[in-house]
Amino acid sequence: MALFSKTLDKLRNGLRKSRDKIGGSLMTVLTLGRRIDENLLEHLEEQLISDDIGVETSLRIIEDLRSAWKEKKIASSEDILPFLKQDLINCWPNRERRLILADSPPTVILVTGVNGSGKTTSIGKLAHYLSSQNKKVVLGACDTFRAAAVEQLTIWSRRTDVQIVKHQQGSDPAAVAYDACDAALARNADFLLIDTAGRLHTQKNLMKELTKIRDVVARKIPGSPHEVIQVLDATTGQNAVNQAKMFNEAVDVTGIMLAKLDGTAKGGIVVAIRNQINIPVKFVGLGEGPEDLEPFDPETFVEALFS
Amino acid sequence: MFDALSQKFNDVFRGLSGRGRISEANVHEAMRQVRTALLEADVNYKVVKDFCESVQQKALGADVIKSLHPGQVMIKVVNDELTELMGPVDSKIYYVSPGPTVILLAGLQGSGKTTTAAKLAKYLLAKGKLPLLIADDLQRPAAIEQLRTLGEQLDIPVYSEDSKNAVKVARHGVKFATKNNRDVVILDTAGRLHIDKELMDELSNVCDAVTPHQIYLVCDSMTGQDAVNSAKEFNDKLELDGVILTKLDGDARGGAALSVKAVTGKPIKFVGVGEKLDKLEEFHPDRMASRILGMGDVVSLVEKAQEQFSAEEAQKMQEKLSKGSLTFDDFLKQMQSVKKMGGIKDIMKLVPGLGSQMGGMDFDDGEITRIEAIVRSMTRQERHNPDIIDRSRRKRIARGSGVEPSDVSGLVKTFNQTRQMMKAMSGMGMMGRMKAVKQLGNMDMFSGKMPQLRVKQRSKRKRVDRKKKKRRR
Repeated sequence: MALFSKTLDKLRNGLRKSRDKIGGSLMTVLTLGRRIDENLLEHLEEQLISDDIGVETSLRIIEDLRSAWKEKKIASSEDILPFLKQDLINCWPNRERRLILADSPPTVILVTGVNGSGKTTSIGKLAHYLSSQNKKVVLGACDTFRAAAVEQLTIWSRRTDVQIVKHQQGSDPAAVAYDACDAALARNADFLLIDTAGRLHTQKNLMKELTKIRDVVARKIPGSPHEVIQVLDATTGQNAVNQAKMFNEAVDVTGIMLAKLDGTAKGGIVVAIRNQINIPVKFVGLGEGPEDLEPFDPETFVEALFS
Repeated sequence: MFDALSQKFNDVFRGLSGRGRISEANVHEAMRQVRTALLEADVNYKVVKDFCESVQQKALGADVIKSLHPGQVMIKVVNDELTELMGPVDSKIYYVSPGPTVILLAGLQGSGKTTTAAKLAKYLLAKGKLPLLIADDLQRPAAIEQLRTLGEQLDIPVYSEDSKNAVKVARHGVKFATKNNRDVVILDTAGRLHIDKELMDELSNVCDAVTPHQIYLVCDSMTGQDAVNSAKEFNDKLELDGVILTKLDGDARGGAALSVKAVTGKPIKFVGVGEKLDKLEEFHPDRMASRILGMGDVVSLVEKAQEQFSAEEAQKMQEKLSKGSLTFDDFLKQMQSVKKMGGIKDIMKLVPGLGSQMGGMDFDDGEITRIEAIVRSMTRQERHNPDIIDRSRRKRIARGSGVEPSDVSGLVKTFNQTRQMMKAMSGMGMMGRMKAVKQLGNMDMFSGKMPQLRVKQRSKRKRVDRKKKKRRR
């Protein structure tokens, strides 16, 4: 649990700065034992929307809260946080947050996302996370489009002391994936992490390319990719739902990595994604260093939403 | 969304048309719809609140209430107000002399600074400037390498240094520019969180050292509510001169544009609309307003079309149409223009009302490619006179273009229909044309797929010919 408390500290630190400016935090309102009234509910709604949870989902949560209040299940503002926590935490059952592992290694993790969401950095951190558990990791540099993306991943592979399979910039990403699978099998790796080029979900052909990469991997290592992680920038707004939808259609996303949560954005959009497309969050990114990756903890996350 | 919004407005106001009076409550109800639309577009909660209040004041002025179509007037008020808020347009870059003019790009991680730096350099080059890029992102692995590669692609020099001191690199870079007569310097800085004190201080130090003439915040158009926090912090620390909005080629509604403008008061100068380095455009608040409200972008459409068709060409085409002498060659040319405009899908997105309905539809640009292949497999004679295409010719064309013979006859049929209609239309007045277009809309052609008409097509040669042929054998 030490990991989580570190998360909380980081989150709190990040949040405090923005909170100080806004003035009184909602948290203080919620712990003062004030009676619930429409005013407070509106305040809460504002908070939820400001967290990027989205209008629809926010209104639904507030409705839940209102009916619980009308049914006298809750009366004072102190009850609100536990109620909402339970409401939201139910979204993310424990078992769904673990990495899906292959029956026999290697476990293949395909990493996708829109441009600039933080894929390469996340892979670097994930490599560090896994190799520090004494797992043998191989990276596949399938972002052959962006200038110097391969170099960037190479630097990460050196930093985390894991192997990397790469081709020239501009080569076929599916071919790199193919070779990476070969290498992972030959070297008896526990994990193969595949980096892909950032692509907007509206680019049909690029999405097809992604499907192709997945299919190549699946043919090479039956049952793979075991995880398809979509990296999502925590600052993203409502468009993230569309993103998740399209990526899910293309490659069946199994989990989200919520990156850049060390800023002031709360990443509330994952609640909407969970509600609408049913994709769980698996990891959060909290910085640019190799250790700045942690398993997602819904409790901490929900707490941060209201602080 | 535009349709949805105007529909809602109309619903709100419809019940009143009989009474000829609109109450404050109705306007209020309509404003709730606006509020939701804006929030769904990621405009910041507080910004939406202020905006709605101010619009409500305006809407309650007599105009909306007395007008015949209050729903539409309401949308206009909202749209105008949005446009005004995001304007005025100011995509000028102010150069200093003697140079170099120093432009600094700052922003969060992954907002697109490096790509934007390269795009901006290309833009400046096209304006006859001699830009220099400075790779001052010393944080992210291989960031320097990335900018260098982009610089090579554009043939624009990139100044970089193996150092950990961003201030020093910036200072040396500007000196390098002066020495080498580069008149504009673009400083690409590392992405940083607005609450990262250390890195924000570094940024101010860089600014102190080289005193940039223009400081632009690079902002991802997909950003949500948090856009206000980061923009405000960057503006407080750096005194921004403008904003560049990136990744607008996606389907995000881009409410961040409004939030950022509202909180910093700084104009949005450019927008990034694609991964290629020429995809940097000047910002147009009116178009952005339509986008945020989910309305189509007709202006962009017209502009795109203008890029492709010269007035002369249009005139020629008009003549051909009226004579009904359109050939497959012209058809091909049109197809290619559509392709150049970014494909059917891109075009449809810009048409009001269509954008929102596009969700489930699948416009396959591959279809255009296929049609192209078919036409290219025709001989010149066949292109000018499709009537001569008989079974054997059809078979040959199908083989040449890798389609079924029925696809070929389908295309010929559609082509003939189009030609007929165009001919008929050219004789009509404006109203008649509109009607005809409506009819056209009901045809298969615009239902998302090219028609797959399987019609028996007989040879136009006379039977006698065949008999003769036989006899000859």
